[in-house]
Amino acid sequence: MTIEPVNRRGFLTRMAAFGLTTALGTTLVSHLAHAEWNKAAFDGKSSADAYKALGVAGAAESGDVQILASDIAENGAVVPVQAVSKIPETTQISILVEKNPNTLAALFEIGPDVVPDVTTRIKMGQTSNVTVLVKAGGKYFTATKEIKVTLGGCGG
Amino acid sequence: MNRREFLHLLAVASASGMMLPSEIARAEASAEAFYDAPAFGNVSLLHITDCHAQLKPIWFREPNVNLGVGSMPGEAPHVVGEAFLKHFGLSAGGREAHAFTYLDFEKASRVYGRVGGFAHLATLVKRIRANRPGSLLLDGGDTWQGSGTALWTKGQDMVDAAKLLGVDIMTLHWECTHGQDRVKEIAEKDFAGHIEIVAQNIKTTDFGDQVFEPFSMREINGVKVAIVGQAFPYTPIANPRYMVSEWTFGIQEENMQKTVDQARSEGARVVVVISHNGMDVDLKMASRVTGIDAILGGHTHDGLPKPTIVSNPSGKTLVTNAGSNGKFLGVLDLDVKGGKVSDFRYRLLPVFANLLKPDAEMDALITRIRAPFEAKLGEKLAVSEGLLYRRGNFNGSFDQLILDALIAEKDAEISFSPGFRWGTTILPGEAITMENLLDQTAITYPFTTLTPMTGAQIKEVLEDVCDNLFNADPYYQQGGDMVRVGGMTYSCDPTAAMGARIGDMTLAGKPIEASKTYKVAGWAPVSEGARDAGGEPIWDLVARHLRARKTVKSPQLNLPTLKNMDGNPGAAL
Repeated sequence: MTIEPVNRRGFLTRMAAFGLTTALGTTLVSHLAHAEWNKAAFDGKSSADAYKALGVAGAAESGDVQILASDIAENGAVVPVQAVSKIPETTQISILVEKNPNTLAALFEIGPDVVPDVTTRIKMGQTSNVTVLVKAGGKYFTATKEIKVTLGGCGG
Repeated sequence: MNRREFLHLLAVASASGMMLPSEIARAEASAEAFYDAPAFGNVSLLHITDCHAQLKPIWFREPNVNLGVGSMPGEAPHVVGEAFLKHFGLSAGGREAHAFTYLDFEKASRVYGRVGGFAHLATLVKRIRANRPGSLLLDGGDTWQGSGTALWTKGQDMVDAAKLLGVDIMTLHWECTHGQDRVKEIAEKDFAGHIEIVAQNIKTTDFGDQVFEPFSMREINGVKVAIVGQAFPYTPIANPRYMVSEWTFGIQEENMQKTVDQARSEGARVVVVISHNGMDVDLKMASRVTGIDAILGGHTHDGLPKPTIVSNPSGKTLVTNAGSNGKFLGVLDLDVKGGKVSDFRYRLLPVFANLLKPDAEMDALITRIRAPFEAKLGEKLAVSEGLLYRRGNFNGSFDQLILDALIAEKDAEISFSPGFRWGTTILPGEAITMENLLDQTAITYPFTTLTPMTGAQIKEVLEDVCDNLFNADPYYQQGGDMVRVGGMTYSCDPTAAMGARIGDMTLAGKPIEASKTYKVAGWAPVSEGARDAGGEPIWDLVARHLRARKTVKSPQLNLPTLKNMDGNPGAAL
């Protein structure tokens, strides 16, 4: 049986009908506008390149960093990835795809009032390790998961 | 066939040297006692899965190759034949050995008769439910696909049959290949007040909203029981994504734990998952998610007479798998005492059509469903000299027939056919009817294709599919079998890493060259481009091929040379 109560799509549809949706975005966008674009980091061809441009040193695996994503991507062009940090004073969350032509896929500046829990969709050309890199209290922490990109078909 | 005809057949079988008189006596005596399943405990759950729309009794041969790699060799479900009998303590040569293994398939089939059929299943369900008040009938999915009538009625035949059978709760896989709108239409209209669809792992692609309830809470004899749904996690990958473009799936282990915890906090004393994960994925999930009493599994079509008991950080979880094609009914009886499960009994009852009188109401419904299509289904395309079946990790004789037809009709050098696990069996000497052909091919994306592919691309496809089958981590497995390959030969090392499993690719005695282009025929493409391009449906192509031949010899199975699999109890070659 399907769920009928107001879901978010229905909510937003109704909001749009009243011309209210535009009002929702403004406060979030203004904060992001302050972040500077680190071109060298996004141009990096490997994790080493990206780490260097970001000034990362001594990044350590941590159980307090979580990466939530499918084991096999449903569509390599839009792979949902959720990155969560439980480490105090988290100021930055990045997502790196080892085998993409440009390794750094996303970088979020986390302000003091922001919950360090972000979700985005990344593009993946092939099966690869995906790493969430967290900056907290000036130190770096990671979690890595392999996401498989497959040709599809043949199941069942 | 009635009882008298059955006994007559036994006598004929004996006279022709197929059976000893003592075997006849045993078969006859066992007929009455076979379904004697005394009730136990206070919560009973009946389970069917992967019937693939088989409304009539059929032949179905279990596989002789079902390899396990990583930590899986020799463990259920990766045992076949003699190893299977030994693993489960079954005696050779009897009715059960026939139901659960491929051993002596042709001979035993002629003795024990066809299996499954919804009218016979309905009789068995009624019989089992009669002394199990409050029991639930659960369906693991793959119910609305697999036959001509399910295809032509968009699953309506199975929707009506499942309602009459008394299914209470189900989850999904191939159902989705009728499209998300059709699934929702059935859920909201036909099923309203009858059957509930549950799936914790189907959400909308935009905001991640649940499409169906993650679980259903029921009360059985005063005990609160939560039935959680786990749909096939890789539906948009193994089947066309455009059919479920607004839905996302995945295993979603964290959400499964959350769902189980929520059910427990709402008072569930029993939590059972109906799962379309496939057995290996279920076993891994059972070892990591806590608070599940049993996972009633399907998808991998493993008919297993006993559950596997899996330990996890807070207890134990039973994992079952209930076969396919309507051949089995699972019965899980739980004794719930002091707020928790204290003991259980599990049986996987084979549905032998000869031993069960067809239920009159269901029989009438099936007759009504089939009436408009009988002439088309009954067309005899050719007579098969050999045994035609599908199951097996690398090939089946019916698949070989499809591969041969594709090469001949498309003038191709190489052919591919998907590693589906559904599809019935044809005994030597029987006619291959249009119905039989549709049992192997009836899907909503049946287009045939002819594609120029380089040797490198061919290897990439084989490696990709092989990893979906033999990845040592079950969460990366999709549960189908290896793509069937015609024309070329190859070797396969299931224990190797992805990219290194496939070798020795040759065509007509010459090595396949990475940069050379070959003509490759196939069917069941999952891309929108292939759908828009059209392409003759596979059943039309194979039917044309068969009609022109009238008789088909036993196909020569094209199997890869296996490496590092010597002594694996999942293979009897």
